[in-house]
Amino acid sequence: MTNCLILFLQPSNHVLTEDIIFREVTPDNRLISRRLLTKTSRAPRWAEKFLPAHMAQKAFIIEDSIVDPESRSMTTLTWNITHARVMGIEERCVFRVNPDNNNWTEIKREAWISSNLYGISRAIQEFGLARFKSNVSKTMKGFEFVLARMQGETPTRTLAESATVKARETALAAKEKAKDLASQAQKKQYV
Amino acid sequence: NSVGEGCTDLKREYDQCFNRWFAEKFLKGDRSGDPCTEFFKKYQTCVQKAIKEKDIPIEGLEFMGPSKEKADS
Repeated sequence: MTNCLILFLQPSNHVLTEDIIFREVTPDNRLISRRLLTKTSRAPRWAEKFLPAHMAQKAFIIEDSIVDPESRSMTTLTWNITHARVMGIEERCVFRVNPDNNNWTEIKREAWISSNLYGISRAIQEFGLARFKSNVSKTMKGFEFVLARMQGETPTRTLAESATVKARETALAAKEKAKDLASQAQKKQYV
Repeated sequence: NSVGEGCTDLKREYDQCFNRWFAEKFLKGDRSGDPCTEFFKKYQTCVQKAIKEKDIPIEGLEFMGPSKEKADS
């Protein structure tokens, strides 16, 4: 749904607006900020049947961040404040200097996916997880590509390539499973 | 672009000031203070008004809020 590398990569087509709505330097010299993002909201066709008809095409997302220049680390927490009952995603990313290699930035990324819609919450969670995994590998690929270009190298096939294939397979399997779960849930309502 | 259509210019002015200060001062450990407060005030007045007008639900959200409920797993 969103990705923690949004700060480093080209702005995505899906981000419509981006605003800082709070910012402060703390007494211990860390920069804390809150950003409000609006993104286009895309639901797969099989899910559209279950969504309220008036569901907006835009989703609002909050991103809180803490930058610590002394420890050279940054933590971001991103979550959607609309559509949250359908699918809530929180993503926490920690960027820091790799302890073994000063030239590397280490990124630790965690996501929590939840849904409160009765009956099809599992289908949505499976879908969300599959999309997240697919996005991670796409993001890593994009990141490596940008870095390679910045360093004047011709981007070559990356480790992420095999991860992408695996993610695509996982996503496809999860999509089928999700569709299956969704139609089972629908059948159950009429029993 | 800003969520407040009329705020984009103020946003860009602030962003420019901020990016300069962030890269040249803040990240280098210079604690001499933020020179962008005026730009920030003008930008915030505009954008907070737009957020209210559009009914965007940003009220009462604790900073780094959701993560507090998660145990370190």
